[in-house]
Amino acid sequence: MIETLFPHGISHYLTGGLLIGLGVALLFIVTGRQGGASTFFSASWSWLIKTPFFQQPALLQSRNWRLVYAAGFVLGGLIYLGMGLPQEASAMPAWKLALGGVFIGYGARLGGGCTSGHGICGMASLNIGSISVVMTFMATGIATAWLFKSLGWGV
Amino acid sequence: MKNTLSFAATLVAGALFGFGLSWATMIRPEVVLSFLTFDDLGLLFVLGAATGLNLLVFQLLPRLRQRSLLGELFETRPFKADRRSLIGGALFGIGWGICGVCPGPALAGLGAGNTDLLIALAGIFVGALLHGVQEERRST
Repeated sequence: MIETLFPHGISHYLTGGLLIGLGVALLFIVTGRQGGASTFFSASWSWLIKTPFFQQPALLQSRNWRLVYAAGFVLGGLIYLGMGLPQEASAMPAWKLALGGVFIGYGARLGGGCTSGHGICGMASLNIGSISVVMTFMATGIATAWLFKSLGWGV
Repeated sequence: MKNTLSFAATLVAGALFGFGLSWATMIRPEVVLSFLTFDDLGLLFVLGAATGLNLLVFQLLPRLRQRSLLGELFETRPFKADRRSLIGGALFGIGWGICGVCPGPALAGLGAGNTDLLIALAGIFVGALLHGVQEERRST
């Protein structure tokens, strides 16, 4: 049963999850901020686009730390690479990354967050709205992945 | 000094998050898709461990202290779901199910050397732009 549901074991999932959690906790403890990732993608447009939506205070006031936080994500991956830790190659077709990416960016911003903002911070805040959004994207994510798999477009 | 500490904490927090995503193999889209098709439910432990730890932090710390270490108020989450945000969540899930990427792992995976994720990141930026343009139209 365990091997069927977790063919790669669970220890690296737990350890990785705790490291992720430590990052979110550190940000909250030191700066009081809730560290969602997706607002970065709207806040960054505020440097280029001078329309009212992109110049709203919530984006202007947070764009600097969100950029640093996003750079931290890249740095974390770079450190993992630099330490020579095991990594399997990925071969996701470009059309899936492009199409999926647009849905992800648009949906996360319309939905007010993604797996980090609603998933980790929202659920840790016991926010009912965040939990509803998480349930929603889990459901459509599962449905879409199964649809693609049944069409022969899966991995 | 406070700005330097805030910068350092934010960078280290992001790096821990990105390193943890890499360690948990969540930066590999195929692994995320294998969760969504129930072939490997490991993502539940990643999300569970990260959320469980912060459930303690987010719930207990504001009861013990009024402000963060650098003297800021703790952010709360006034978010309320409505029809539009649920539609947003549903669309996010469709994208997630198409390519197995979310915003954080796209950034961390790029750092770990998967340059294909630049395509996903470009898509996410375009999606965020479309959302902003649409919000602009709604308000005029």
